[in-house]
Amino acid sequence: MATVTAPAPRVSLPGVLKHRSVAKLALLALAAAVLVPLANAQWASGSWPAALTVDLTEPLGRASDWIIDNRDSHPLFLYGFGYVSNAVVLCVRAVYLVLLAAGWAGVTVAAALIAWRVAGVRLAAGTAVAFLACGLLGMWIPTMQTLALMVVAVLVSVAVGAVLGLAAGLSDRMDRILRPVLDTMQVLPAFAYLLPVVLIFGIGVPAAVLATVVYAAPPMARLTSLGLRGADKEVLEAVESLGATARQRLLTARIPLARKELLLGLNQTIMMALSMAVIASVIGAGGLGDRVYQALASVDVGAALAAGIPIVLLAVVLDRVTGAAGDGDPGAGTRHGGLSRRAGWAAALAATVVVAVAVRLAGRLDWPDAWTLNIAEPVNRAVDWMTDHLYSGVPVIGGTADWAGHFTTWVLDPLRDGLQGLPWWSVLLIVAALAWVIGTWRTALTAVLAMAAIGVLGVWKPSLDTLSQVLAAVAVTLVLGFATGIAAARSDRFERLLRPVLDVFQTMPQFVYLIPVVALFGVGRAPAVAAAVVYALPAVVRITAQGLRQVDPAALESARSLGASSGQQIRQVQLPLARPALLLALNQGVVLVLAVVIIGGLVGGGALGYDVVFGLAQGDLATGLVAGAAIVCLGLMLDRVTQPTERRTKKGA
Amino acid sequence: MRIRTTATVAGASALLLLTGCGAADMTKQASPFANAQGAKSLTLSVQSWVGAQANVAVAQYLLEHELGYRVDTVQVDEVPAWDALSQGRVDAILEDWGHPEQEQRYVKDKKTITPGGDLGVTGHIGWFVPTYFAKQHPDVTNWKNLNKYAAQFATAESGGKGQLMDGSPSYVTNDKALVNNLDLDFQVVFAGSEAAQITQMRQFAKEKKPFLTYWYAPQWLFKKVPMTEVKLPAYKEGCDADPEKVACGYPHTPLQKYLNADFAKDGGKAAAFLKKFRWTTEDQNEVSLAIADQKMTPEEAAKQWVDGHASKWKAWLS
Repeated sequence: MATVTAPAPRVSLPGVLKHRSVAKLALLALAAAVLVPLANAQWASGSWPAALTVDLTEPLGRASDWIIDNRDSHPLFLYGFGYVSNAVVLCVRAVYLVLLAAGWAGVTVAAALIAWRVAGVRLAAGTAVAFLACGLLGMWIPTMQTLALMVVAVLVSVAVGAVLGLAAGLSDRMDRILRPVLDTMQVLPAFAYLLPVVLIFGIGVPAAVLATVVYAAPPMARLTSLGLRGADKEVLEAVESLGATARQRLLTARIPLARKELLLGLNQTIMMALSMAVIASVIGAGGLGDRVYQALASVDVGAALAAGIPIVLLAVVLDRVTGAAGDGDPGAGTRHGGLSRRAGWAAALAATVVVAVAVRLAGRLDWPDAWTLNIAEPVNRAVDWMTDHLYSGVPVIGGTADWAGHFTTWVLDPLRDGLQGLPWWSVLLIVAALAWVIGTWRTALTAVLAMAAIGVLGVWKPSLDTLSQVLAAVAVTLVLGFATGIAAARSDRFERLLRPVLDVFQTMPQFVYLIPVVALFGVGRAPAVAAAVVYALPAVVRITAQGLRQVDPAALESARSLGASSGQQIRQVQLPLARPALLLALNQGVVLVLAVVIIGGLVGGGALGYDVVFGLAQGDLATGLVAGAAIVCLGLMLDRVTQPTERRTKKGA
Repeated sequence: MRIRTTATVAGASALLLLTGCGAADMTKQASPFANAQGAKSLTLSVQSWVGAQANVAVAQYLLEHELGYRVDTVQVDEVPAWDALSQGRVDAILEDWGHPEQEQRYVKDKKTITPGGDLGVTGHIGWFVPTYFAKQHPDVTNWKNLNKYAAQFATAESGGKGQLMDGSPSYVTNDKALVNNLDLDFQVVFAGSEAAQITQMRQFAKEKKPFLTYWYAPQWLFKKVPMTEVKLPAYKEGCDADPEKVACGYPHTPLQKYLNADFAKDGGKAAAFLKKFRWTTEDQNEVSLAIADQKMTPEEAAKQWVDGHASKWKAWLS
């Protein structure tokens, strides 16, 4: 009956889709019927056949020995990487010395004035408060070290990203070549390439900066290319008709028109670079990240938080200021007030110099020790209380340790055993079917090849273990994220309250919540899942809420006029119409969960995450790099399986 | 355009001049944060366990307050720390638990690292159960009886077997081979970091639950969670040579200091001081406990020890 009452177009669309899916699946079944018996006859084993693996231990071990033996003599290092490394050290040092010379007051005033010029008085006040808070927490010097590192890393990332983006934006061929490269760079977990970078550059700042650039450059490249491609055709034609050369066209029309995307790219790059600040501390980057990492060693959540808060504050300030720069109307300032704009900047510069000199003369260059606030103790007390009272023995609902135990036995174990118990070819078939139904044969092929590569690398079993954790974490994230997102979309007040919470969760270094997570859920895979959920939740909530809010108001209005209850409105109008946003949330959830698999390795998640951490800790390139590559393959596979075709085509447009 | 090209060329040549026209030797490259504002400085590597933090805290305190150095610390895992030491990124490791492969490569072959003598503390790795459990079941302290208790050590993670908890991936461990070769009905669960391992042990102890864990002495946690060692087959020289066939316990290791070779030669007072630095297990535990349990900053904890043990450290300075 339902099909009869439903309006015709709604039936036909899924009908067609279903028809096409059935055809794809039938074709796949046919191929499987031919290939599976063959494969099974040749390599009859449940798990990936040993005959189809390649052992990289020896070549990778040799490569790492060669690097260590030749690092201080081979020309490649003396005249190649050596210069890169030196340049990075010089630049970071220069910025650091300037920051120190300005003193705490000079830096705070300069930051506030920049925020004022770019984004107005409110953000200026916020910026000043944020910087003062960093000092109050006793983190002034580490904050400056991180800032120096960030300035250099962001500048290099933006330069690299802009060049790649220009190439991809101007040439279709470059775009085709670069897109998979950028895709890979983005799903690559940062920990996986710390090891090769360290091997070449050694522990310290150069390696940290370069690792950050690899991580932070892709969004800049993507958004630059997007901006250039999205430039208004009519404007370009008009410029062309005026006889401008290609270079002039680029400089006077295409780049200015792409301003918004460029600034968004800068914003994204800064965020990514900051999130790398802590991970890079593992290889000796110093600064705030190192403080967080050292606090972790003495199981001191309070001290970790004291170093984590400045990172959050820096992130929020930089996000709002660059965001405001992107939203601002570029014409307004320059055109009718060129002079006043310049005068404003000059006044800001002068004020900074005056303050810096005054503080220097007063001999108050360093942050006064007396002005620090010790938050570690109360925080630790709070954490202790929480774990004392929630860990076990809570009446009726049971303690968090019990939940973790049940989650492990009832969800994670069956999922892992199920995946590992499947014959290898059936896993490939499932991946192919999912990817093909949701995308094209190309996406299916990529997904299957990525999965097969995992087998070839010889880490089939641990990869499926990791996959089971990722699936469980994504499921939990989506349930919580959709529920919160729907609530946020329906209540403005709730969304306002939620925003700072999401900011904190999104930018707080993951190392800070490692210990609370273990204290609540014990050691094992359950805390790994919990850490992943905490990390991935904010993005899912944001995308869901935004998607629901953008649903055509007319559709909602008509549903309301037909007397739909609010539950019906959500189920039958908002959710179906927001489907693309929800799919994007799913995709982002998967990518983000995978990004913290390594953090899971630090709390007992085992599998690939542990292998990567092991590789880094033991300088074992073979274990670390292979596990890292397997995570990348898992990421590619999951990305393809959850990425609907519509988004792909839209992105390329 | 001309101007911009000139600027680029000028910039590039300035960079070349700054970096020196010859070879750029990465092995002689200090941290950009070192020696800021004209201070004499050196860099010490800190490992992730608190005992290592205690060594560094006291050394740092004395270097800063008695010898006028500025000390930077970086936290690095053990093996990468050797690598950093050979490159001069750090000047000294104060507590090493024995890395024969690295010793061969850097100390004997490449001669970029020099031994800095004993730390004075002897380290020992073993398997431990909480003392409250060992008192109830005295026979648990021999590996031969462990299988009897496997069910009591089981957790959700150990898949029906008993759980043997291992810690950070950077630590030396033969536990997987041991469980296998001694036919134990146990599953090694890697906590993945010492922080996670300690947190879990404290949670178990709060509830007086039995647990079996890889652990090591000297360690401050023994004061908070008293633990008794489980006897493993005795260690004999070379019984752990083949990692697959290990069936013996762990050795007692006198912990060592190592210095970067150039620093040992030209490091002046700081290098001489670090070579003489030598204290006892009790000293180290005192400082560790202040850091990890009383949550003092490493500096406060070091100051407290330094104030109470003047005679000891005065000898390191002479």
